[in-house]
Amino acid sequence: MEGINETFGEKLFEAVIIAILAIVCLLAAYPVILVASSSFSDPNAVITNKVLLWPVNPTQKAYNMVFGHPEIWRCYGNTIMYTLLGTAINVFLTAAGAYPLSRSDFCGRNFFMAIFIFTMFFSGGMIPSYLLVKNLGLLNSIWALLIPGAVSTWNLIIMRTFFQNTIPAELQEAAFVDGSNDLGVFFKIVLPLSTPIIAVMVLFYGVGHWNSWFSALLYLSDRSKYPLQIILREILIQSSTQDMSGGAISDQEMIGETIKYATMVVATLPILCLYPFLQRYFVKGVMIGAIKG
Amino acid sequence: MADGFATPHEMQRMTKPNPSKRNEIMRSIYKSRYLYVLIIPVFIYYVIFQYVPMYGAQIAFKNFNPFQGIWGSPWVGFKYFTQFFESVYFLRLIRNTLAINIYNIVVGFPAPILLALMLNEVKNRVFKRTVQTVVYLPHFISTVVIVGMLVSFLSPRSGIVNMVIKSLGGQPIQFLAQPGWFRSIYVWSGVWQEAGWGSIIYLAALAGIDPSLYEAAVVDGASRWKRLVHITIPCLIPTIIIMLILRMGGIFNVGFEKIMLMYNPVTYETADVISTYVYRRGILGAEYSFSTAIGLFNSVINFVTLITFNTISRKVSETSLW
Repeated sequence: MEGINETFGEKLFEAVIIAILAIVCLLAAYPVILVASSSFSDPNAVITNKVLLWPVNPTQKAYNMVFGHPEIWRCYGNTIMYTLLGTAINVFLTAAGAYPLSRSDFCGRNFFMAIFIFTMFFSGGMIPSYLLVKNLGLLNSIWALLIPGAVSTWNLIIMRTFFQNTIPAELQEAAFVDGSNDLGVFFKIVLPLSTPIIAVMVLFYGVGHWNSWFSALLYLSDRSKYPLQIILREILIQSSTQDMSGGAISDQEMIGETIKYATMVVATLPILCLYPFLQRYFVKGVMIGAIKG
Repeated sequence: MADGFATPHEMQRMTKPNPSKRNEIMRSIYKSRYLYVLIIPVFIYYVIFQYVPMYGAQIAFKNFNPFQGIWGSPWVGFKYFTQFFESVYFLRLIRNTLAINIYNIVVGFPAPILLALMLNEVKNRVFKRTVQTVVYLPHFISTVVIVGMLVSFLSPRSGIVNMVIKSLGGQPIQFLAQPGWFRSIYVWSGVWQEAGWGSIIYLAALAGIDPSLYEAAVVDGASRWKRLVHITIPCLIPTIIIMLILRMGGIFNVGFEKIMLMYNPVTYETADVISTYVYRRGILGAEYSFSTAIGLFNSVINFVTLITFNTISRKVSETSLW
């Protein structure tokens, strides 16, 4: 029914909106395109700003140097391990905490809910948490990256809301009549029916681990355990301080700029590849959160 | 639903006259025993990693000494709080924290709302979906890479921004080494990264508006503009208020990771906030009690502002978080 009686003004209104959104879209995409193009371009063209949109004199030189860097490879492996292990712990604990809270017949539900939610509004702070990890003997251990943030209360609430609204109570009751206990229902009925929310959790927690650098800076001292983001910080940000001093550009620095762009691409590519497939899931996840919020 | 999972036999037992209250509780706990198996590990996690640090925060009132431990160190009262309030950094940290947050709310809060409203007006599904895919994407890029991009693009010698300035006849600007630029770079790069992601929640609210409202308006001859002003925006107001309470409640709270990556001693004047100062004094300087006191002060004012804004909102608009 819309569109039939549209006046010229209404059509113009939509045309203006489409034009603005197209510009917004270009602004959002341009920096990413520029990084990708620069990483494939001739170092000389990058440093003299010849690269504006597409690669100039395409070359893989920067990638050869990035892939030839043993430390980047090792950190990449570390990050993959931390992400897989950490996400598995996160998702399991979040589901295990969320399921009892989704059951209205669970004795103690309000008590546990209050204990968990209070931490969203108040925390002990950075230093007491650091001292705790230190006292537990977890300094310079990979567990310091995985355990202290094992459950996010926000995600736990999203998952609880999903269990409450999506898993039919009749199905669970039928399983109890058939002699299942709560654990059986959780593992055999609830979890298999929850793949959409598990996908969302894997994405949220997984991206968090992949991109995390601060806990590694805080807790790890052994370079061989460093995750990728710490090395990225050294390459992308800390090395640039000499850039401010001015002076002539050496060959080393010239290649350095393209290497920076290549490392950005290499570090972000896994997420960018997974992202389109998970888009419909994470939109759903944010919406479930919004119902509660 | 309260006893939805009880078997008929248990129901009968529970309705028997005069069951002692304690037995009743024990019985329902026993009935939930497998649920306890699931939740106890999570509960232990919360106690150790959330509540033990709250207990540890008492070193803010003590002269903490690692050999005497948290409990054994001597009390000093508000000594460290006073030291912080009287220090030259106190006002600078409060000013910077508030300035960055207010700037961020003024610019960053309306951006996702406008984006969602515009996307909502687009009828072409393919175009809408393409725009959404592109604008959500920066949210997933790591802070380290974002700041790395800023460093490269804003570089005075090889950055594209300074190339544009130079080609327009201007002098190159050392953006990241000038206190005057820090907050703008921080806030606008944040808008670039988060505006798209932030719009999802508003799009969800817009999708929930009853279509019959629009149909009735069309019958009454309301134009698209009138429908936007009289239906869409009023329906979005509760969501906007909730999001605004959350933002205002966190006005003393700045994500320090991006600031730590972006700032340097030259820009501390405008960039240093409470949390980055806690990191430098506490972790780098090992002044545990002093920095815990600052962190605790920050936690308490965060808590108080959130409750204050929630109360104001409940009185004024009848919308609140709880």
